[in-house]
Amino acid sequence: MIEIKNLSKHFGPLKAVDGITFSVGRGEVLGFLGPNGAGKSTTMKMVTGFLTPSAGRVSVCGHDIETDPIGAKSKLGYLPEGAPAYPDMTPAAFLDFVADVRRLSGEVKAKRIAEVVRLVHLEGVLQQRIETLSKGFKRRVGLAQAILHDPEVLVLDEPTDGLDPNQKHEVRALIRQMAKNKAIVLSTHILEEVEAVCTRAIIIARGRILFDGSPADLQKEGPLDEVFRRITTGDRVAAG
Amino acid sequence: MRNTLTLFKRELRGYFATPVAYVFIVIFLILNGWITFYLGGFYEQERADLQTFFNFHPWLYLFLIPAVSMRLWAEERKTGTIELLMTLPVTMWETVLGKFLAAWAFTAIALFLTFPIWITVNYLGKPDNGVILASYIGSFLMAGGYLAIGACISAVTKNQVIAFVLTVMLCLVFILAGFPMVLDFVSGWTPEAVVDAVRSFSFLTHFNSITKGVIDARDFLFFGSLIALCLFANAVLLDLKKAD
Repeated sequence: MIEIKNLSKHFGPLKAVDGITFSVGRGEVLGFLGPNGAGKSTTMKMVTGFLTPSAGRVSVCGHDIETDPIGAKSKLGYLPEGAPAYPDMTPAAFLDFVADVRRLSGEVKAKRIAEVVRLVHLEGVLQQRIETLSKGFKRRVGLAQAILHDPEVLVLDEPTDGLDPNQKHEVRALIRQMAKNKAIVLSTHILEEVEAVCTRAIIIARGRILFDGSPADLQKEGPLDEVFRRITTGDRVAAG
Repeated sequence: MRNTLTLFKRELRGYFATPVAYVFIVIFLILNGWITFYLGGFYEQERADLQTFFNFHPWLYLFLIPAVSMRLWAEERKTGTIELLMTLPVTMWETVLGKFLAAWAFTAIALFLTFPIWITVNYLGKPDNGVILASYIGSFLMAGGYLAIGACISAVTKNQVIAFVLTVMLCLVFILAGFPMVLDFVSGWTPEAVVDAVRSFSFLTHFNSITKGVIDARDFLFFGSLIALCLFANAVLLDLKKAD
């Protein structure tokens, strides 16, 4: 459902993403791993149409992000890095706005909003301005916004960042639950998260894919953090 | 169009969700009153028209409109919501237009609230209400011109102070385009046609001819095309620099 071919992004002389190719199908939860600055967020920004690639193609459910951005974007749910939301709005007003843009209306809209509010537990803060919310609640508002239209493709940039252990657990359960009929890409720097929710892991560093395989394959190589360090510091290049 | 409306509504509500709207409207009305009655000597002139009121609008807008426009895109960048907005299934045009129209509607509300002065002048005498209506439309269009320039500048910076100062500066150039301080920059070393072109960009010239009751479609067209051009530039700049 996501097809990425030779995707590159250069910022001046810096190759943030350097010719990566992969695809994600329905039912897959792809964990995007890598050190800070590896190109994870840049790749996600290109997949969701925020950044224009320097080279390569992205297609979402058959819609090319550059030639048919509206088609691709309407199939996507996206939680950007840092979960931005309008600080002056309440979660209720914010979700209502996103629902309008996503062309949900009437009963369907009310039902979907109630559903996502329940899923990410926003009941208590619906009428509070977003700027007054804690980091964990802000992240959940961002997540609610991303899954509001029940998208076929979900791109989540560090979905559990800033959540406490219980909330992390809930969000992971939510992702696993949604995984059946979606293609999900999530980035994280928490290695256990890959084991907990992902069906597949990609490790990137310096804009290149260094590992692509199942979390089980990764684990065969030894303790996760050691494997991660070995791969990303360039002692060994593996592709699965 | 439906998306533009959705964005428009969110944006306009946003003004009233913070004190920004109330501070702006109150200050706008107070300044308008002061300037008209004290600086302009509205009573002393004993003329049943609103020229003294409208004459100061270009100067009032010079400081107040950039305060509205500076946050249009700069704030989206600062809070990161620009990434959210640009990854929703809306086109760049719908976004640019929705935001601009909301800001314009907001200034229209402020302008509308000056109606007591219209009542006053009608109570005191028999003004030409056609001229007053044309002046209100002219003032509204001019506000749109300022806003479009400001929106365009706001699109290229994350810093609202920079957006404000640059917008004030550029608007000042537009106000004074018909005067020596701007014309001297271009006259002498450029062809006369260029000097004429710059002169024709003067906000003051176009606006004053409207408030004097000279209804010339060219004055309205000037503001209309300026707005269109700035919004086009806004969309292009935003597309280039949205992720910076």
